[in-house]
Amino acid sequence: MHAPDGFLNAGTAVATGAVSLGVIGTAVHQSKATLKEKQVPLAGIVAAFIFAAQMFNFPVAAGTTGHLLGGALAAILLGPSIGAIVVTIVVVVQALAFADGGLTALGYNVLNMAIVTAFGGWALYRLFRRILPNTAAGVVAATGLAGGGSVILSSMAFSLEWLFGATAPIPFDTVLGAMVGVHLFIGIGEGVISGLAMGAILVARPDLIYGARDLDRAQMRDRTPIGARTLVISGILVALVFGTVVSQFAADSPDGLERVAADTGIAANAQDHTLDRFVFADYATSGIGNEALSLAIAGAAGVLITLLVGFGLFAAVRGSRPRRDQPSGV
Amino acid sequence: MGAGHAHALYVHEHTLLHHLAPEAKLAAAFLFVVAVAISPPQAIWAFVAFAAAIVLLVRLARVRFRFVAGRLLVIVPFVLFAVFIPFIGSGEQVEVLGISLSVDGLWSMWNIIAKASIGATISILLAATTEIPDIVRGMGRLKVPAVLVSIATFMIRYLEVIAGELGRMRVAMTARGYDPRWLWQAKPIAASAGALFIRSYERGERVYDAMLARGYTGAMPDLGHRRATRRDWAIGAALPLFGLAVALAAGVLT
Repeated sequence: MHAPDGFLNAGTAVATGAVSLGVIGTAVHQSKATLKEKQVPLAGIVAAFIFAAQMFNFPVAAGTTGHLLGGALAAILLGPSIGAIVVTIVVVVQALAFADGGLTALGYNVLNMAIVTAFGGWALYRLFRRILPNTAAGVVAATGLAGGGSVILSSMAFSLEWLFGATAPIPFDTVLGAMVGVHLFIGIGEGVISGLAMGAILVARPDLIYGARDLDRAQMRDRTPIGARTLVISGILVALVFGTVVSQFAADSPDGLERVAADTGIAANAQDHTLDRFVFADYATSGIGNEALSLAIAGAAGVLITLLVGFGLFAAVRGSRPRRDQPSGV
Repeated sequence: MGAGHAHALYVHEHTLLHHLAPEAKLAAAFLFVVAVAISPPQAIWAFVAFAAAIVLLVRLARVRFRFVAGRLLVIVPFVLFAVFIPFIGSGEQVEVLGISLSVDGLWSMWNIIAKASIGATISILLAATTEIPDIVRGMGRLKVPAVLVSIATFMIRYLEVIAGELGRMRVAMTARGYDPRWLWQAKPIAASAGALFIRSYERGERVYDAMLARGYTGAMPDLGHRRATRRDWAIGAALPLFGLAVALAAGVLT
């Protein structure tokens, strides 16, 4: 996931950089009002955990490895704004001090790994909390499902950026299929780990968890055991839902037509002006195979991500207002 | 914490690059990578120039090339992806050894591999010549918000503690005959990670309280660490100026 320099074109790097700066700037501004003093060490330790967890790669099917993203877990523990800040710090320090991910790629790396996972994961968490019972077990399950979903959202976000900023003539559909396919498996791992970690923290210090503030003592004690197997099964269910949504669009892709469209797209591109090629190299066109189909998938994926991230942002802003029913300083 | 605060990528030396103020190094590294990223891949000579500059820097920092090469392995997954592009890419095809390859695909393979390895080498050099606390200090001086800097400081302070402790727990588990390596065996790992989390948090809370009691106001006091002088900025500016000049020339000529 830590994309290196030059993976997407300069225009996309600048655009995603602007979006990331804006969102994180807003989150920092907001955190000045909401970040309680005690939360600074908590945020630092969550960051250290995510950093450590990202260093352990677990094997995924077909020889690839995945690692934890942690955005959803951070958002549920600390609230989405601070969660996004925390993962951003992890990504930035990894780029600066460990050469993991490019410096000019920070825009899209932060967007995909911190912002989409934190706000999208938070939105999914809120949705699952509505459906699941209002108990400690429900919190754990919702965390696992949101964790898994957030990884898939992140992979979809990357594919969308590929649509606009492809540096290679590979159609969007192929990238989306491959990315989401691999990340279904990574998502299962992320979901299981997030859920189990949440369960462990919930037992010892439920007061630390931002996303479980609404539970009272009785609900907290109601801890119907949820085994690893149940979480794996629910994770697969989430993955299947995402998978079918994506494959619905991808299944009827006519290969020949796609090839022709790509060929003509590149032919039209060949008379580009020198300066066009300089910064906005082959902007968008080369990434699209079958334009209508790609746009349909991109649109659907974009709407889904925007809805979830927007919902997460909205929930974050609304949640930052002081609540009347909650004594301050708790 | 007896091991000092050096980290895996830091190479202890006394060179011009090691002594340059961190904020100047950070800015120079970032701007140089920007210059590399905007250069068109068709200008192969520009990338040769970038690579020459980097080789010079590596020599200057007295970092061994084998060390850099070993650390470059982090970009391998992306290089593998890039290698596949010519085979599956569309557009004009060329025959190489009887295999049909996409011309645009070859260019983008070159583009990704060249830019990724130059960018990663610059990051490796930055990390090899700057200790992590200095990097964080440099971020603070480049006007990164104080909340971010203090969270980053805490993260780095606890990273080694946590990683070390998790490693010891894992060794203890393995020594007792339990070697979890599959996903469904994750529960003991997660439970120990959870316990570790609570423990570190409570430790961090105490440390933070102690810091507050000693007058911590959200930013570490400047203990006379050298700030960037005009000389630092001048030396630091050399690399990005060279990079931007090459990038501009490459953009105009191709």
